[in-house]
Amino acid sequence: MLLIHCPYCEEARPELEFRNGGEAHIARSTSIADESDEAFEAFFFIRTNPKGLVYERWRHIHGCGRFFNAVRDSVTDKFLHVYKAGEAKVEPSALMANLPEHGAYANVPAAELNAKTPARKRATKDGEA
Amino acid sequence: MAEAATTAARRGMLDHRSDVINGVSLVPAAPAYRMSLRARPDDLVALGERLGLALPTRPKTSASAGERHALWLGPDEWLVLDLGGRDPMQDLAGLQVLHSAVDVSHRNTAVLVTGEKAADVINAGCPQDLSLQAFPVGACSRTVLGKIEIVLLRTGEDAFRVECWRSFAEYAFSYLADAARGV
Amino acid sequence: MTAANFRLSGQGRLGSARPVGFSFDGKAYKGVEGDTLASALLANGVHLVGRSFKYHRPRGFLSAGPEEPNALVGIHRDAARRAPNVRATVQELYDGLTAVSQNRWPSLERDVGAVNDLASPFFSAGFYYKTFMWPKDAWARLYEPRIREAAGLGVAPHLPDPDTYAQRFAHCDVLVVGGGAAGLAAALAAAESGQRVILCDEQPELGGALHFENGAVIDGQDGWAWSQSAAAALRARDNVRVLTRTTAFGYYAQNMVGLVERITDHLADPEPTAPRERLWQVRAKKVILATGAIERHMVFADNDRPGIMLASAARTYLNHFGVAVGREIGVFTANDSAYPAAIDLKKAGINIAAIVDLRDNPSGPLVEEARSLGIEINHGRTVVRTGGRLRVTSMTIQPKTGGTERTIPIDALLMSSGWTPSVHLFSQSRGRVAYDEASRRFLPGTYAQDCASVGACNGAEGLAATLAEGYAAGEKALKELGFTAKASRAKVEKAETWGGGMLGAVPGAGPEKIVKAFVDFQNDVTAKDIRLAVREGMRSIEHVKRFTTNGMATDQGKTSNMHGLAIAAEVLDKPIPEIGLTTFRAPYTPVTFGAIVNHAKGELFDPTRRTPFHGWEEAQGAVFEDVGQWKRAWYYPRKGEDMHAAVNRECKTVRTSAGMFDASTLGKIEVVGPDAAKFMELLYTNPWAKLEAGRCRYGIMLREDGFIYDDGVVGRLSDDRFHVTTTTGGAPRVMHHMEDYLQTEFPHLDVWLTSITEQWAVIAVQGPKSREIIEPLVEGIDISDAAMPHMSVREGTICGVPTRLFRMSFTGERGFEINVPADHGRAVWEAVWEEARKHGACPYGTEAMHVLRAEKGYIIVGQDTDGTVTPGDAGLDWAVGKKKTDFVGIRGLKRPDLVAPGRRQLVGLKTVDPKVVLEEGAQIVADPKQPIPMKMIGFVTSSYWSENCGRSIALGLVEGGFERMGETLYVPMADTTIAVEVCGQVFFDEKGERLHG
Repeated sequence: MLLIHCPYCEEARPELEFRNGGEAHIARSTSIADESDEAFEAFFFIRTNPKGLVYERWRHIHGCGRFFNAVRDSVTDKFLHVYKAGEAKVEPSALMANLPEHGAYANVPAAELNAKTPARKRATKDGEA
Repeated sequence: MAEAATTAARRGMLDHRSDVINGVSLVPAAPAYRMSLRARPDDLVALGERLGLALPTRPKTSASAGERHALWLGPDEWLVLDLGGRDPMQDLAGLQVLHSAVDVSHRNTAVLVTGEKAADVINAGCPQDLSLQAFPVGACSRTVLGKIEIVLLRTGEDAFRVECWRSFAEYAFSYLADAARGV
Repeated sequence: MTAANFRLSGQGRLGSARPVGFSFDGKAYKGVEGDTLASALLANGVHLVGRSFKYHRPRGFLSAGPEEPNALVGIHRDAARRAPNVRATVQELYDGLTAVSQNRWPSLERDVGAVNDLASPFFSAGFYYKTFMWPKDAWARLYEPRIREAAGLGVAPHLPDPDTYAQRFAHCDVLVVGGGAAGLAAALAAAESGQRVILCDEQPELGGALHFENGAVIDGQDGWAWSQSAAAALRARDNVRVLTRTTAFGYYAQNMVGLVERITDHLADPEPTAPRERLWQVRAKKVILATGAIERHMVFADNDRPGIMLASAARTYLNHFGVAVGREIGVFTANDSAYPAAIDLKKAGINIAAIVDLRDNPSGPLVEEARSLGIEINHGRTVVRTGGRLRVTSMTIQPKTGGTERTIPIDALLMSSGWTPSVHLFSQSRGRVAYDEASRRFLPGTYAQDCASVGACNGAEGLAATLAEGYAAGEKALKELGFTAKASRAKVEKAETWGGGMLGAVPGAGPEKIVKAFVDFQNDVTAKDIRLAVREGMRSIEHVKRFTTNGMATDQGKTSNMHGLAIAAEVLDKPIPEIGLTTFRAPYTPVTFGAIVNHAKGELFDPTRRTPFHGWEEAQGAVFEDVGQWKRAWYYPRKGEDMHAAVNRECKTVRTSAGMFDASTLGKIEVVGPDAAKFMELLYTNPWAKLEAGRCRYGIMLREDGFIYDDGVVGRLSDDRFHVTTTTGGAPRVMHHMEDYLQTEFPHLDVWLTSITEQWAVIAVQGPKSREIIEPLVEGIDISDAAMPHMSVREGTICGVPTRLFRMSFTGERGFEINVPADHGRAVWEAVWEEARKHGACPYGTEAMHVLRAEKGYIIVGQDTDGTVTPGDAGLDWAVGKKKTDFVGIRGLKRPDLVAPGRRQLVGLKTVDPKVVLEEGAQIVADPKQPIPMKMIGFVTSSYWSENCGRSIALGLVEGGFERMGETLYVPMADTTIAVEVCGQVFFDEKGERLHG
């Protein structure tokens, strides 16, 4: 169960209180009736679904009830940023800069799985800790 | 709430249900006035004056004045409870300030959970941190209990008010009772 | 020590514990309180406890803990409480415990299935994949049923589980998993400044490896005694929760760890209301993993006979339970840590027949001590086979380079090939393990979550390092949380180390040998199987695992994974890290379904929602149907009536007098604010701006794609206040949909939405007499036709309580819907009923409601629409505001495929034979004589017998339906074809005159 920071409640709450609302930043045209078929297709049917950073909407439906936006890494499931509806989108480059090191899955290729040296110092002998 | 002889009688969803299990008491709350209030920040003072309390603006907090309580549910949403028989809808009648006030007195009902293990009982189905640090007396939140939505208000170190929609009240009571048997 | 008593006086920690009686396979035994089933059976000299999964080989105890792959038994309390596959090494003994062995017939000693062992050359790895492929149809007919019969381990009870299970969401600052020395130290340090600490351990007592390591001295105390006083100190703190008998089985996102606490399984007579287990979902700011290490067995021929076990297990049985696992014991090892087992046993007076050490020149204090005790040490030698059928009786040893064999009689054989750090939870946390070449172990490498590993699971090889890591991790966690308090550190004065060892098969079980050297005991996988898998082309360890099933049993390869990996690496001639490691998945040990389900069973499986009138309906004998979570009165049978008769009567009564219907479940939303009408204009197809206060309108809501999403009657209470109704099932999603648009697309509008579904109980009074019925009860509202025409709404009082009174109809009759505050609903209903019965009216249920509305051609969203129907398709074009420039769905309605000819349209269908009632969902074709598969041009959406029309009626979606009026179409059924005539949607009172009286 994820822990999601709600920008309105100003604290992290359990995923059970939230509902995902699909991709964010897909604005409905103010003159939607006049949209071309192509523009409407892009608006209503086409979603990006990238591996990596996803911009998505969440609703704190069993909390404050507000919709807000979040940026989540679909590889690690980690939230990098949450912001209120209407606030500007933060570009991926700005978020990637302070991205923590990715965690691993045990099913990554064997060569990648096994770091040459353990990432942090360990005590392996008695009394060395 | 006194009612005229001609008035249709009131029947609550949890009449006749109450229990004490493992030191935790589960009691249906008495009927109360409830109002769902929606408003923008600029109008809170005017609304608060009419209601007789300052509407809380911090998440997860409530404000009380006598038998009246205003629970912050969202940035523009409060649940106003009046346990003393004063209808908050009446207090706001005619007020020319942008807001929405909707009477939900009968929509909700509540179970009062008290006892040393009250928080443990609620935590059987509510995923929030109910320690006194994270959820002090007076804290309130809309959240979940098992498969239903509730509004939780901590009324004392060992006392909570669990508000839910009336048709979920039996589920809520049974869940809390089952949880109390298991603490 | 008598013939059958292996309990040694003066050994172990159970002292003069109370004797406890139990039975195994029907035979009575005695144990003592504090025993596990395993230790108690061993005390009685019983080693044979099970038959293996595939070959039905006799098996005993490999371990003394949760990693046990062999000793799986059934524990029976009563007919309904029969837990299969319980690890005897974990099950605590209680008075009257009844255990049975598994996977054997007719008895454990004489098991017919053991022919599988003789036939084992045919059951090689991938046997099932290769063998049961031909003939193709034999799989479903013959092979699968037989295999299913023979497969599986243990027997599930046939009765429902009578136990209850509990759940708890918990939060803490630091969660410490594992209560051995490392975990105790971490918890002591973390608890120092009063932060919330949870320490869990799967055993009944904390102490971990100190259960068996008996030479340790910490702060001048015996190691075990130190662990118990540390545990007591932790328990005494308010800020620490110590959970024993509690397994951390899964490590999930953002430091959520799933624990299962076993509450009653160890009790002879648990309180009937006590839950059997509790699921904990712990959210921790910091997690410290102190999960220890698991000893590996040696992979040699016939290493699975009862009596052959891990050296540490024998030490646990001796040093904790006071039980000797044999009297003439052999030891086979490749590292130092089997020596203390031999030394402890020897000192307890048990004869050690010989230590066989694969190493050429073992040395060091432990080796010296063993020697000085007179134990024979055979170095550079290997065990090439063992003897004995139901219990090991001998081991045959040989120099590892070959040469003379020597057979040594034994009654137990202890083995150790080293220790595998338990990185299961670390790996589940998505941390990346790193292979440490020097020690040939996978250790925690890169962390993905806020956790730390300490002690043996982190590669520490001695008690001092273990404690130091524990304290340091606890202090570090506190510091990162913003606290600086430091607990005083206990000092290790004497302890053992446990490094070294080997991986893979021993010499003598080598590549060319066709011997059963088991790698995975639970799934009966041998070294040969793994070599075969590689020879047959499996390269990835994931493939080898699936082909051989190595590590795929419920023990998840705790003892076997590393051996399997090493053998595969050896055959592939690649270093281990290049082969990779299989995925560690939750649960670490099996978790009962009961714990996962916990409270959500019986009435708590799903909420059952009842309206305020439910009790009255029940008293009237209503039959209820489930509509979502709601119980709705379906029909009200009178004496002698079946459903049909009741519904016919209800339908007739409504149209001749009146009926009362519980409409409380309909969703209701109050839309309030100066921009309420603007918002309604955007969310519904209809125009709202000009709807006067006090009037109602039927509204249709679309999704953006142009398809009908919901519908309902909307009343305008005042300029800035609408009372919106939705379908019963649609209420939550419509509210969500409206909030979505309001918050994210139209946030500039001054309007708010509040669900009032449950604020108002709704009594629909429908029929020609409806006005006369309610008239005496209503105050302050003129309900005459002139003052309150069809589709209007008024506020006033009824029976002295406030009401929102709607004049509206879902039956085509004059009708009212009385909204009253829910708690008053029952009393108002009863008052209305008193009036209604004077006019010969009746209550009617949802079935009659459905028939009556179908007679009028009113649609039900979700029944006559399926998410691909536009207002035009449903004949509701009139409800779409033609002059509007925007509403949700306006653009969707112009999509090419939504305006193309030939769309399915909702029409009436009359069977040529009026007595025939169509089946809902039946397909419609134009030409019934066409070859199969026929071209389907539509289907029946609603179909009923209409007593009012004296015939069957139906609605259906038919391609180009509006152009087919009068056409005959066909509904092919399994045994007949039904001819139907296409007609308009309205079957009764086509002009709608009855609405107005």
